[in-house]
Amino acid sequence: MESYIGILVLVAVAAIVCVAMVSLSWVLGPKKVTPYKSSPYECGVTPEGSARERFPIKFYLVAILFILFDIEVIFLWSWMTIYRDSEVSFQLFSFIEMLVYMSTWILGYIYAVRVGAIDWDETTSLDPAKLEDTVLPKLEAKPVLQPATEGS
Amino acid sequence: MFDVASWHPALQALLRVLLFVLPLLLVVPGLIWWERRLLSWMQDRIGPNRVATITLKSGRKIKLFGLLQPIADGIKLFFKEDITPSAIDRLIYFVAPAVALFPAFALGGTLPWSGNTLLTPIADVNVGILYVMAISSLGVYGIVLAGYASNNKYSLMGGLRATAQLISYELAMGMSLAAIVLASGSLKMTQMVTTQQGDLLGVVPFLNNWFIFTPFGFVAAVVFAICVIAETNRAPFDLPEAENELIAGYHTEYSSMKFAVFFMGEYAAMLVFAGVFSTVFLGGYDMFIDPLEGIAGTTLGGLATFMFKTVASFTCFIWLRASLPRLRYDQLMSLGWRTLLPVAVSNFIVVALWILITNKYGVWQGWIAYLGSFGLLFAVYLAVRGLSKNRVDNALAPRSISLVDGTRSVNVADPQAEGVGS
Repeated sequence: MESYIGILVLVAVAAIVCVAMVSLSWVLGPKKVTPYKSSPYECGVTPEGSARERFPIKFYLVAILFILFDIEVIFLWSWMTIYRDSEVSFQLFSFIEMLVYMSTWILGYIYAVRVGAIDWDETTSLDPAKLEDTVLPKLEAKPVLQPATEGS
Repeated sequence: MFDVASWHPALQALLRVLLFVLPLLLVVPGLIWWERRLLSWMQDRIGPNRVATITLKSGRKIKLFGLLQPIADGIKLFFKEDITPSAIDRLIYFVAPAVALFPAFALGGTLPWSGNTLLTPIADVNVGILYVMAISSLGVYGIVLAGYASNNKYSLMGGLRATAQLISYELAMGMSLAAIVLASGSLKMTQMVTTQQGDLLGVVPFLNNWFIFTPFGFVAAVVFAICVIAETNRAPFDLPEAENELIAGYHTEYSSMKFAVFFMGEYAAMLVFAGVFSTVFLGGYDMFIDPLEGIAGTTLGGLATFMFKTVASFTCFIWLRASLPRLRYDQLMSLGWRTLLPVAVSNFIVVALWILITNKYGVWQGWIAYLGSFGLLFAVYLAVRGLSKNRVDNALAPRSISLVDGTRSVNVADPQAEGVGS
């Protein structure tokens, strides 16, 4: 455990440096508050409504997938450290066991891909066949750009 | 007095920490200058070259090629007004930049910059590379808190993007490092450097077995490098701060030194990640050729070797920024989940097979099994890709833009095709 002293000291020093940097400018800089200056900057337009709105479910889904896949992998890390230097019989056994274990991971991954959980864009998360039926006709139905008649 | 070994362990630790943190603080402005100069040269400009030209009384000029430009910028930022918007979440708003900078300094805790075990690494703990991954994913808290606290829609979008991006690439990064952990049999970074001192591919004497020169290490290195760029939010993956979509993303509402703290955190994290890359894949503080190991064995020689590799990796970051355009967001997610993750996972499984075959039959058989199985996996990948060709093409195809009045549809890839010009 003694080797973790270094980590503790590093964390303390890093925290001190960070806090000092953030607070120094607060101390040193001038302060002239005006209402216009202290409104949120949204391209110069007066902001409308709160920014803490709902956001798309996609972010949530990606986070859940990450947790699922990551936790499955975490169980392998301790095995990794002993695998190389063990006997051949154990290696053979644990390799096959790892394959069985990873196959559940791979099945889950394939499922996630198939149901379109990681498709960010809804036009691609649809089945290609459906895409041809629903989205493409809409796109084609739109009047195609006509070149502006010159001089008018 | 300088008999470091007899000091109290906490004092020794403090010395090691200061030997890491203070140089990092000093090097970061130099790196910013280096990036600006290099980008300028790549774009046929000159870049900052004026600051720190000292004219002596005798009329002689000492030129430092603008090296002090970032320090001048920093001093200016310290004395600028710290504009605090009125609608923010005050506590989170102030904490966020510190949280974003913190992991950049804490990352290097297990990174050996020389063979001298008294001075480096700061703590040679058993978890080694896992510590690096744990701390690196803390960085996203600063970004997402900044985005949330700012009460600005663009900031919120930037923060959300950073989160989704980080957790998508974290998986592939972990799996690419897992292959290296398997091959070196330890999580310790010092142990990884030692493993790379063996014979190249297990057969070539005189040369060292840098992981980047082994087939599995090369795959892992490419995946790891891409993931590092995505984790540090650098171009072409700088979607959280894409200035043509989100103003400045999560740090839109930050001014003065708080903005600079985000900036510093990004560069410090890049440098330390470049250090991790050179330790894990480029042999760390060790030379490639055996006879030169004597030079790298000394403290200063090891430091010089390590710094050379780190700065070279850092330069590659800048080079990528100059060369590649920014990705579209769905392309970015697609790259992480559909390409990098399967490649990293199959690389991991194949390395396990390679170790097994090498131990059971011998070195050459191991490599043959390795290449054969990777070829097999690649064939499977091509087959699957062929089956789902429509989807992949859809995901990566350029989009058409509908203008606001709904009357026009313009193909971005080929504007001429639908008669935009004329």
